[in-house]
This record gives sequence, C-alpha cells and structure tokens, in this order.
Amino acid sequence: MAKPKRPTPKPARKAPPSKKQKPAARQAVKQPPGPKKAPKAAAKQAAKKTAPKRPADPFGEKALTQVFTELLRRAATSIPPDVLVALEKAREREEPGSVARDTFDVLIENTRLAKQDSRPICQDTGMPFFEVAIPRGISIGAIERAAVEATRQATKTGFLRPNSVDTLTNKNPGDGAGRGMPIVHVHEGKGKGLSVQLILKGGGSENVGTQSALPNVDLGADRDIDGVKKVVLEAIFNAQGKGCAPGVIGFCFGGDRANGYNEAKKQLFRKLDDTNPDPTIAAMEAELLEKGNLLGIGPMGYGGKTTLLGVKGSYLARLPACYFVSVTYMCWATRRAAVEVLPSGKTVYSQ
Amino acid sequence: MSAVKKLTTPLTPEAVRDLRKGDAVEISGTIVTGRDALHKLWIKGWPEYPDLTLRGSVLYHCGPVVRKEKDGWSMLAAGPTTSIREEPYEASVIAHYGFAGIIGKGGMGPKTLAALKEYGAVYLHAIGGAAQVLARKIVRVQGVRHLEEIGVPEAMWILEVKDFPCLVTMDSHGESLHEELKKSSKAIFDELIGKTKAGAA
Repeated sequence: MAKPKRPTPKPARKAPPSKKQKPAARQAVKQPPGPKKAPKAAAKQAAKKTAPKRPADPFGEKALTQVFTELLRRAATSIPPDVLVALEKAREREEPGSVARDTFDVLIENTRLAKQDSRPICQDTGMPFFEVAIPRGISIGAIERAAVEATRQATKTGFLRPNSVDTLTNKNPGDGAGRGMPIVHVHEGKGKGLSVQLILKGGGSENVGTQSALPNVDLGADRDIDGVKKVVLEAIFNAQGKGCAPGVIGFCFGGDRANGYNEAKKQLFRKLDDTNPDPTIAAMEAELLEKGNLLGIGPMGYGGKTTLLGVKGSYLARLPACYFVSVTYMCWATRRAAVEVLPSGKTVYSQ
Repeated sequence: MSAVKKLTTPLTPEAVRDLRKGDAVEISGTIVTGRDALHKLWIKGWPEYPDLTLRGSVLYHCGPVVRKEKDGWSMLAAGPTTSIREEPYEASVIAHYGFAGIIGKGGMGPKTLAALKEYGAVYLHAIGGAAQVLARKIVRVQGVRHLEEIGVPEAMWILEVKDFPCLVTMDSHGESLHEELKKSSKAIFDELIGKTKAGAA
C-alpha cells in the first residue's frame, strides 16, 4: 500500500501524458502555438510571426496551472480589503490599552507584513477550495489537474504549507495534494470567460464547524427560523476563541448533510459588506452578527466587543424528515481570492 | 495592560509561580515545537533527547511553514495551532519532560490546568493567525527531530526565539481566562436564546 514518496516530478497517475498531447492537439484547431512549447521548428516560426506571448489555450491545463498558482499565492499572502476594513473597525471599538485592542493591532500588522513580503498570513494555509464556473465546452479534467498542480507548485515555493496528510498511512507526502485535496468544484457558468473563487480554510476554524438536526430540545430550537438562529448562535458560543476569533460564520439550513455544509462554506466567498438579496436571510445575518458580538468572547477569546467579523447565510430545500443546520467558521484571516480568465487569455484578479 | 514580563528559558520554578492569568510576557531562549503527531509519538515511547534541556523549557503548539536553505532552515510563517487537541496528552507530557510553559492558542482543559498547578507550569496564549509577526521572533532554527517520520508541520523544531509575545491565560494557581470567558459568555448565551423548550411556544 506504500505510496511512492513522489521522487522529483509528478506521480505517473496524473497529468503527464495528456499534458504533452493537449497543446499540440489544440493548436491544430485553435490559435497558433505559444513560442515556448512548440514541438516542431516550423510551428515555432509560425508562432513567432502571429502569436506573441499568450498561451495557446487560456483554458488549457498549462495556462490555468499558472493562473491558479498565482491565485493561491494571493489568497495565502494578501487579506481581502473588506476583511481588513472590518478588522480596523473592530480595533476602533475596543478600549485603548485593552488586550483586545492590542490584539487587533497585531492582526493588522501581521496582514501588512504578509503582503509586504509575500508570505503566508497564517502558517496553516488551509484546505484550498476552488469553485470554478466554466464556459461551455471546456475540459473539466484540465481544470482539476491544474488545481492539483498549482497546489503542488505553491507548496514547493512556500506560499502553502505541505498541508496534506494521507489519512490511511498518516504520512505527509509533502506536496500539499492528496485524495480529495485540493477541493475543486466545477460548474457551467453563463459567461464566455472562466471564473474561479478560492478560499483557503485553516484546520482550527474547520474544527469548530457544526451540523445539527432540528428540533433541539435543549436549546428550545424548533424547525423554524428562530430555531436555526439558536443553533447557529450556539455554534458561535461553543467555538469561543478556538477558531481564531473574530471569525466569519457561513450557515445553511436545509439540504442533505453534505450539500448543507457545502452551501454554508460557499457563503465564505461573499464579501463581508454585501447584503443578502433575501430580506429574511439578511435579517438573520444581521441579528446573528449582533448577538454573536454580544457574547463578549472577543479576539482570540481574550474578551472584547468583536467576536465575529461577519455572518453569511443561505438555505436549501430539504426532505420532510430532515432539517439540518450547517455552520462553518472562518478564522479572522479570511483568505479568499478570485480570478476571471477571459477567452483572450487576459486575467483579472480580485479579492 | 500591565508591564510586559521578560522571561528566558529554561524558566525557574519561581518565575513560573510568579506568573498570573492576564500577564503579558515575552519569551527568549530555546523552545521546541510539538503538535498532534508528536504528542502521539511521545506518549507511545517517551523518546529521550539527551542533548536538549527540556526541563524548564517551553513547548510551542505550532506547525510552521519552513523553507530549506543551503545552510539550514528558514521559518516563513509560524503562528500557534489550536491546543485543545493535545488535552488528552499534555498533562503526561508536562510530567515527563518537565516543560514549564506551553504556548498555543484557544486554551486547554481541566486536566492540563491541574497539571500546570501540580508541576508548576503555565499556558501561554499566542495570537492565532499572526504567523508573520511571530515568525520574526524566531531568530534561529537550531535543529529538527522526527522530520522524516511526521513531516514539516508536525516535526519537533528546535527554535531560538527573542521576545516572543504571549499572554498568560492559564497559570499555575488554577486560574484560566478561558474558563472565565466561557462562563461569562454562557450566561449571555442563555439569556439570548431564552428559556423556552422546543414545542412550548
């Protein structure tokens, strides 16, 4: 059962064969080959005349590997602007000289240093979760392989920690990839471009996520909006400072267990200052944010006025017998990044 | 915040007993990292480290991002990991190796709190996610143990630190800031959800 320890390049099971063939195959029908990988001298010359630097296929594995690697770097080293604003506001709310305020000073300074030196904000660079919307007719396999290869490259260069452990053998292969890691979800989008949303979610915050089934007699939580709010608030209370407070809550009510968690996690792609288009959910979010902060847990669980930076919710249909409430916790170092790859090969990164 | 207390490892029993919940401290000297896999490895066979002075030293719950350099290692990111996972093992680890301080985040439970009291040790909370600020307090990587067995994040890194900032959240007198916060937030939580039972509305 011993898995080879990955000598130098990639294990044989993955990309190589298709990787070599693909550009050539596509070149025939699509654009002229990029100058670097052209297999033949003739093709090379043609490339020089017509196509300059752009990769042959912006949605191909090779081009996407580069884009995803850069996306991972950005997510790991640079805090999204809305999260920084939330941290700064939280700092202002705390008393000068208090432990809570001093802690916010350190958090903010830490994000500055990480960006300045392009180093990970947190050493737990987390589970990469890619949500990819593709135009019609694009290879899903190429996207999945690119995400795996990008994770390996970002791990090799130290933007990610070698964060994957083989659960069966307890061995760390050292390259950040493994069974089901990174997580890559692909669906067909509406546009002609390919858009990617990424979060890096650390283990400490993942550990304090919860899923419960309503009703819950102990909490007096029925199968209704009020019951959902009670269960989410309990999760916030139980997390205390352990998920690296102040965190961001993603929640989903309904769905089956697997989709409920997934939908909760997808809420973490949202910006902290957005407003839920559904007024009922928007009101739940606002109330839970306010009540969560009343708990007084504060940054790191040291006590303070800000226990949460945001609450984002959603719901899914459910079976009559089921009423799940899934809660996911994202640490203060909410690492998210997005990129849009246009058919021209142009890339637009955002956070 | 009261004045920061400067401490150098190995810590003396007097220095440890002098520390109280809520004290801000800065640690200098040699510390070692250890987390999940190392704790498991330790309790299985209690390996010895004759060339290290662990008694009075400090254990740091940390899984760093490390880069191999020509002449050693550099710490690219090194904040604390959640400590509560080591709750089943930490009391025995403190008893066996004689650590005088545990650095981590999130706090630990009653078993560890009792061990801190019995053996004279403290729990030092470092700021979670502050991996850049804290990595800069590590001035040198002195060595590493068990790297092949358990990998970079879990290995026992031997670090020289300078003014590594922490907050005493569990002291050797049975006091825990985490217990305190849990109690106070529980009272607020109970009030916020009301007392009605399901079906009673």
